[in-house]
Amino acid sequence: MEALKLIGVVIVIVGFILKRDTIATVVVAGVVTGLVAGMTVMDILNTLGRSFITQRTATLFVLTLPVIGISERYGLKDKAVDFIRGIKNATTGRIIALYQSIRTVAAAFSLRLGGHPQFVRPLINPMAQGAAVAKFGKIDEKTEDTIKGYSAAGENFGNFFAQNCFMGASGTLLIVSTLVEQGYEVNALQIATMSIPIAVVSVLVGWVHAILLDRKLAATYQGKEG
Amino acid sequence: MNNIIAEFFYCVIGVIFILVGLKALNDKTLATRITTALFWFILAFTFIAGPYLPHWVTGACVLIIAVLTAFKRVTQSKSDVPSEETTRSNANKLGYTVFIPALCLALVAVLAATFLPFGANNAIGISAAVALLVVFLITKAPAKSAVTDGSRLMDNVGPVGILPQLLAALGALFTAAGVGTVIANGVSAIIPEGMRIIAVAVYCIGMALFTIIMGNGFAAFSVITVGIGIPFLIMQGANPVVVGALGLTAGYCGTLLTPMAANFNIMPAALLETKNKYVIIKAQAPVAITMLFVHIVLMYILAF
Repeated sequence: MEALKLIGVVIVIVGFILKRDTIATVVVAGVVTGLVAGMTVMDILNTLGRSFITQRTATLFVLTLPVIGISERYGLKDKAVDFIRGIKNATTGRIIALYQSIRTVAAAFSLRLGGHPQFVRPLINPMAQGAAVAKFGKIDEKTEDTIKGYSAAGENFGNFFAQNCFMGASGTLLIVSTLVEQGYEVNALQIATMSIPIAVVSVLVGWVHAILLDRKLAATYQGKEG
Repeated sequence: MNNIIAEFFYCVIGVIFILVGLKALNDKTLATRITTALFWFILAFTFIAGPYLPHWVTGACVLIIAVLTAFKRVTQSKSDVPSEETTRSNANKLGYTVFIPALCLALVAVLAATFLPFGANNAIGISAAVALLVVFLITKAPAKSAVTDGSRLMDNVGPVGILPQLLAALGALFTAAGVGTVIANGVSAIIPEGMRIIAVAVYCIGMALFTIIMGNGFAAFSVITVGIGIPFLIMQGANPVVVGALGLTAGYCGTLLTPMAANFNIMPAALLETKNKYVIIKAQAPVAITMLFVHIVLMYILAF
């Protein structure tokens, strides 16, 4: 029964869906897969130990934490807020697109801005809502929800598609570790470089998305500008 | 030589883990202080001593770590979190120069990887050292800040910080057990021989679908790369760098679409007090699908 070996994949899926502890789920999946495939306990421990040691690369990002931690204490987030507050004459879509662009650059330089709690709720969403109210007078609850959704989405786009441009990002290091383990000699600089095109595309797509939001708002509130 | 440098950096990481463990031990209010400290000490042990011991010892350590987290015996201890007043007044003093150390982190890493003979992995450690020097020069922070703020952030990241490493190790176990072959055999039925564009599409869409189910792009990456990416793309001549780099972000297209990725899509909706808890996913869907399409085209063009 070859297909039985997929039990590990099933365990990972079920474990994640049931919100079980992630580390335990991954380890159980590995051990069970090994047993099903007929490996001895000693084989499994040796394989697990050997690969855990060689994959330490994936945890190199820890070395960057003291610098980021100190920068935070000395006002990294406050200055980012200052910078975004400086935006003048912006529409809802432009505020969100600009935030996404800034977030993209920050992610590429491994700055941990803190995302939704630190930026989107206290700053980006109020600014985006404010721009709509300033332009159209009153907006309804549904529009408010849509703007909230777009504001949070801008954070996710910026965060996801640019983080691998940083050589020490955990995603970059995971890619390196996985490929090296399989016998392909790639390094973090190559992965980071090859991650740049998609980061650039994501900013362009984000701008189009945001401009379409501005158009949609204008169409909904046509003639009600005040 | 490069190996010695690498082992040195792994020892530094081990020391950071030990500091997080000590921080837990010193927090008398923490109910799980002993087990939390144990978690970080065992992890530090594998980083520092692991390479010189039989591999099964590290394997056993990983099992113990998993047991500790499974029973929720590893939690965050009390940290010296800077107050809003502190960061604000520091920010007013330093201005935008506060961004320089972080920029150093990224730029020095690239420069060191390109121009120094120590390898790209060691370049990350070198850039961390240079940036640490720069951050001290700019902020004039006391030396102990490296310890307090470094261990604070590591504790913040918590045990899931080792998840990428563990998932890569899982990929190795899956390969040893032949899981990749099973997936590859199943997938070979839908990929016609020699149709590279179909293979690229199956890999990218498979990555996104798997991420939608699991809510975690990292986990999808090791499974789908071993099962589809390597046999149908890389072994057919695709550039592994392109496949790897675009593979993970193709998975992130799935993250944007799934309520399983609660941290990104559901919790922020609660935070923003939206009426409909799926509005973020709704806003993201057109971009996610566009980006997935772009991934397929870009991977096909760049990889072959």
